[in-house]
Amino acid sequence: MFIGASTENTQHFFDEINDYGFDLGGAGPCVRTAMSCVGGARCEQSCANEHKIHRTLVNNFTDDVHRPALPYKFKFKVSGCPNDCMNSIERADMAVIGTWRDDMKVDQDAWKSYVAEKGRQHTIDNIITRCPTRCMSLKDDDSLEVDNRNCVRCMHCLNVVPKALSPGDDKGVSILMGGKRTLKIGDLMGTVIVPFMKLESEEDYERITEIAESTIDFWAENGLEHERCGEMIERIGIVNFLEGIGIDVDPHMISDPRQSSYVRMDGWDDEAVKWFERQAENRSAAG
Amino acid sequence: MAKEMRQPIESGCPDGFQYMHPSMVKNFGQWQWHDHPRPGVLRHVAKSGDEVWTVKAGTQRILDVFTLRKLCDIGDQFADGFVRFTIRSNIEYMVTDGAKVEPLIEALEGEGFVVGGTANSVAMISHTQGWLHCDIPGTDASGVVKAMMDELIDEFRNCNMPNRVHITTSCCQINCGGQGDIAINVQHTKPPKINHDLVANVCERPSVVARCPVAAIRPAQVNGKPTLEVDEKKCICCGACYPPCPPMQINDPENTKLAIWVGGNHSNARSKPSFQKLVASGVPNNPPRWPEATAIVKRILQAYKDDARDWERINDWIDRIGWPRFFEATGLPFTKFHIDNWRGARKSLNASTHIRF
Repeated sequence: MFIGASTENTQHFFDEINDYGFDLGGAGPCVRTAMSCVGGARCEQSCANEHKIHRTLVNNFTDDVHRPALPYKFKFKVSGCPNDCMNSIERADMAVIGTWRDDMKVDQDAWKSYVAEKGRQHTIDNIITRCPTRCMSLKDDDSLEVDNRNCVRCMHCLNVVPKALSPGDDKGVSILMGGKRTLKIGDLMGTVIVPFMKLESEEDYERITEIAESTIDFWAENGLEHERCGEMIERIGIVNFLEGIGIDVDPHMISDPRQSSYVRMDGWDDEAVKWFERQAENRSAAG
Repeated sequence: MAKEMRQPIESGCPDGFQYMHPSMVKNFGQWQWHDHPRPGVLRHVAKSGDEVWTVKAGTQRILDVFTLRKLCDIGDQFADGFVRFTIRSNIEYMVTDGAKVEPLIEALEGEGFVVGGTANSVAMISHTQGWLHCDIPGTDASGVVKAMMDELIDEFRNCNMPNRVHITTSCCQINCGGQGDIAINVQHTKPPKINHDLVANVCERPSVVARCPVAAIRPAQVNGKPTLEVDEKKCICCGACYPPCPPMQINDPENTKLAIWVGGNHSNARSKPSFQKLVASGVPNNPPRWPEATAIVKRILQAYKDDARDWERINDWIDRIGWPRFFEATGLPFTKFHIDNWRGARKSLNASTHIRF
């Protein structure tokens, strides 16, 4: 952001900087310029090509960046791992966060050196007991046992012992939507909309662009003036939002199921069938 | 003769790789581990064995071109000529030769820049434009940051905290500074003062009415002019009406105060991301040094430093010790205003007998 140009100079400034390869835009009710972390350029926790995702998403919407015609602002942010250094979970309408699906990698020799250096008590107090799902165990031979099925990829243990612990190989991203800052209904965290997708092939990148397009199209049509995507979701309900963008419900989207029985549920059987059909499809797709 | 318009090149976001340090390009996605050789310095090692050392220095965020040129000159002379700016507006120099680190730090410190802000330090305070550029603020942004960082500079330079501390400031209740371990935000305490003669000329009245989160604004006639009025019993003094309607002045030298919030954390590490919670309000908005706000921030940091375990962020720490102990340790008063009554507030009440004695 260049602050303090005089009115007469603004066109000249843009003409010159545009020639250097920089573009204007990202103020007002538009798609905003996005952010991505340093990621694969320097960080061992990177689970995605943050730069590529960032540019793929933002540059697909150059028209929407330049010509503000949306209900309000829409922000993409990309973090390469759940440490979420870009604060995307809260500062982005569409947050793309790198993660992995398989087992974390444990270099037991490096791990045991760490335990030898810091001591078992330190390791237990600072790592083992801090795991939010209690999925780690320090064995009697000082090796580390991880119940990977219950690891939620919180990154704490990887942060503490980067020489010994790393993300798995089956990398991809989680997508959360609806995050926003304070005005008008308060801050909202994004909600998981896509628990996991690969981002490797060109088809993968086309798919994430499609998801972004459906979301922005739906919100542009249905959002009120000055209404953020998250505020719209609050107003219409997330189930309606999911239907609107063509994504099926998934238990990863909630922390708990409903606590209130006051809802009309005579469509139950049809919905249950949809779930079983999807499960069967996924099983046959996985082969 | 009319000048022909130059067609803009709608190039969008440029490719970052063209500006990236060659070693970072070479080892993209192939980094293996990192460590912290000293405060303000990171060392990343790639699977190839290549190393990249990063030196971080604080900047004032709104940089004049002279300072920017100086920082870049240092980068050309003492580093490898590649820099990046962090999300908290610090500058990072990347070099492949560890021997360059000390001379680089000397060069930076020699020009008055402060090296630090890594790992478990108090990071640079996140903020936005304030009085430099925004029409909305009730106080300055960089001013508050400068005053506070002057007091906290040793905690930026060193890594003495249980875990990193992300402080933010915001000069209005839109809260652009963001969620932080500690946030110092403007808190308006009275409804806007309306200049009824100007409203119809300046404000798109239906938009302003729609903007109010509690529907406290309605059209009115005052002195024969169409204008807006505020139901002051409903008004929560958030100031949302002020940006679209400047004649509804929310900022007040006496009644616009500061409030302090703690426990915001975006990271998923150890616990799910959390929002910051109100701990103090009624703090005087007292330029040019805001001593009262700074004093409270220092008290909170001291209590956190004394009592938190390694790796606990402020939200983790309070989660373990409980809020009553937080108020005790910091000497801050607990009032009816601390009890939430906004949407979803019921979740914040203690529905248990989990009480510490």
